[in-house]
Amino acid sequence: MTPRTTIAVFLQHRDRQLHRQSWEILRLARDLGQSGGEAEVVSWLAGFGVEDLAREVARSGLVDRVLVMESPHLERYTPGGYRRAGLRAAEAARPDLLLLPHTYQSVEFAPRLAWDLEAAWIPEIVGFEEVDGGRLWKRPVLGGKLLARMSVSPGVPAVVTVQAGVVPGSERKEGPAASIERLSLELGPDQLEREILGAEQASSQEVDLSAAEAIVAIGRGVGGPEKLAPIRELAELLRAELGASRPAVDSGWLPRDRQIGSSGQTVAPRLYLALGISGAIQHLVGMKSSSHIVAINKDPGAPIFKSAHLGLVGDLHEIVPLVVRKLREGRGSSESA
Amino acid sequence: MKIAVCVRQVPDPESRLRIARGSRWIEEEDQPFVLNPNDEYALEEALRLVESSGGEVVVLSLGGERAREAIRKALALGAQRALWLSDGAFEGGDATATARALAAAIRSENVDLVLTGSQSSDLGYGATGTLLAAALGWAHAWLVMGVALEGERSVRVVREMESGWNEILRLGLPAVLSVQAGINHPRYASLKGIMAAKKKEIRELAPQDLGLAPDRVGLAGSLVRIESVAVPESAQGARIIAGEAEEAASALVDYLVKEVRIPQ
Repeated sequence: MTPRTTIAVFLQHRDRQLHRQSWEILRLARDLGQSGGEAEVVSWLAGFGVEDLAREVARSGLVDRVLVMESPHLERYTPGGYRRAGLRAAEAARPDLLLLPHTYQSVEFAPRLAWDLEAAWIPEIVGFEEVDGGRLWKRPVLGGKLLARMSVSPGVPAVVTVQAGVVPGSERKEGPAASIERLSLELGPDQLEREILGAEQASSQEVDLSAAEAIVAIGRGVGGPEKLAPIRELAELLRAELGASRPAVDSGWLPRDRQIGSSGQTVAPRLYLALGISGAIQHLVGMKSSSHIVAINKDPGAPIFKSAHLGLVGDLHEIVPLVVRKLREGRGSSESA
Repeated sequence: MKIAVCVRQVPDPESRLRIARGSRWIEEEDQPFVLNPNDEYALEEALRLVESSGGEVVVLSLGGERAREAIRKALALGAQRALWLSDGAFEGGDATATARALAAAIRSENVDLVLTGSQSSDLGYGATGTLLAAALGWAHAWLVMGVALEGERSVRVVREMESGWNEILRLGLPAVLSVQAGINHPRYASLKGIMAAKKKEIRELAPQDLGLAPDRVGLAGSLVRIESVAVPESAQGARIIAGEAEEAASALVDYLVKEVRIPQ
């Protein structure tokens, strides 16, 4: 008989709301439990004044136990505070597997939690597979060009972050209320490992791309700002806004307020033309809902082609001027007709 | 101020990849490699800090000949010295084994600050800096978009958050910072820099030099193993055209007019 495993799920929250991935990950925990024998699902919550959230999770029918740690020092996220809460939860639950959403917050503190627990660190999983000899975690590598299957040494716990959308949907059923257990946690300012001085807006956000009907977006493959002229011309013909992937913005080719992706804007235009964008997941999450996605890239293995409706393998600097010419000719002929 | 920077080579993100026989990783022969893009930002930030506040930049890299390439590039850009964890036993490690080795090397120096890239563009564990901080018992921040030294005791850090906001933090020194892409504009190596790099010290290290058992580092010291890699399946079932530019342009115009129905 397979021994009963325990899966611990971290509940991220902000402004008294659970992170939108929380239900996904709880359902993933259930799926994992069912595929590998029966599992106990324990969630943990760190914060201050989070009783309502604990009750919401306890009623979801998705967990067996909810562990709650509260302290004024947990009111704001710090890696020191959140890691210590995670350690306290692990001490209480003895999990074989810890699941967290793949967010800027989790990826900052969870590797160190893994270190303290002598656990394996596997970030950004997009799925799993049960095989003879254990479970394989699927995660993108090499900018999403390849999908790797990774294993963890037998008997070693794992700390895993989960990419959004792995278990789509947000449905949950009311179930028997799980137990809510309060755990004591001694925390002082010295254990937070940082002092929070304030916050500032990252960019001016003068451009709102979310309302654009069409977007022509550039990536690192464009090669440089001096090569933008034909692309601007094409954007004008298509009445499109210009957008960019993070590497193009980091290189200074377009301003930060035109960045599309997880650290920029989320868009869903009728037309999304991706030029020289390889298609890392961080970019795809910001544009994948677009109605018509066209990608031009010289690398046939670029992951952007997996998300495109039309893919052109070739040199964008050859193709774009030809497209401009053809569009102009088309308009010229319709005017003279 | 002594600043250590960890760098490594990765397959050129713009290049085509071939899966190696056995499908455990890519074919590395004839594969172009570059300095990990995020590491370039970390190195640039360290060079700027030392240029304005004085001190030394020590570069670290782990691995075979390619790690030496990364070191040479960093020395050409202005780092003063290098530690090269060159022993074969260091290779193939997961984030934990790699951080354990790098931390031991850093401990052998009297370092105030460690900078790493926030993520590698190949394995993407995003945790080298975090785990280094864990091994060293130091403060850490991930996705750093600004660094200002406040004397010898602390550093003021701007950290990127998801919602278009940055958090401003103070960390006590010594500390490890994982630098986010876009924090600065990395410089190019000058000919003078490349020539000067040839005379700079590269100290080669093996596990025993760092008091580490060989089975605590590299693949042997890892908890995670890559079993296989594969090309992901297509989500949309895209129509792919891989012909002459003329043909591609016609297909695109046709698609724009008939399917997207762009305003004419």
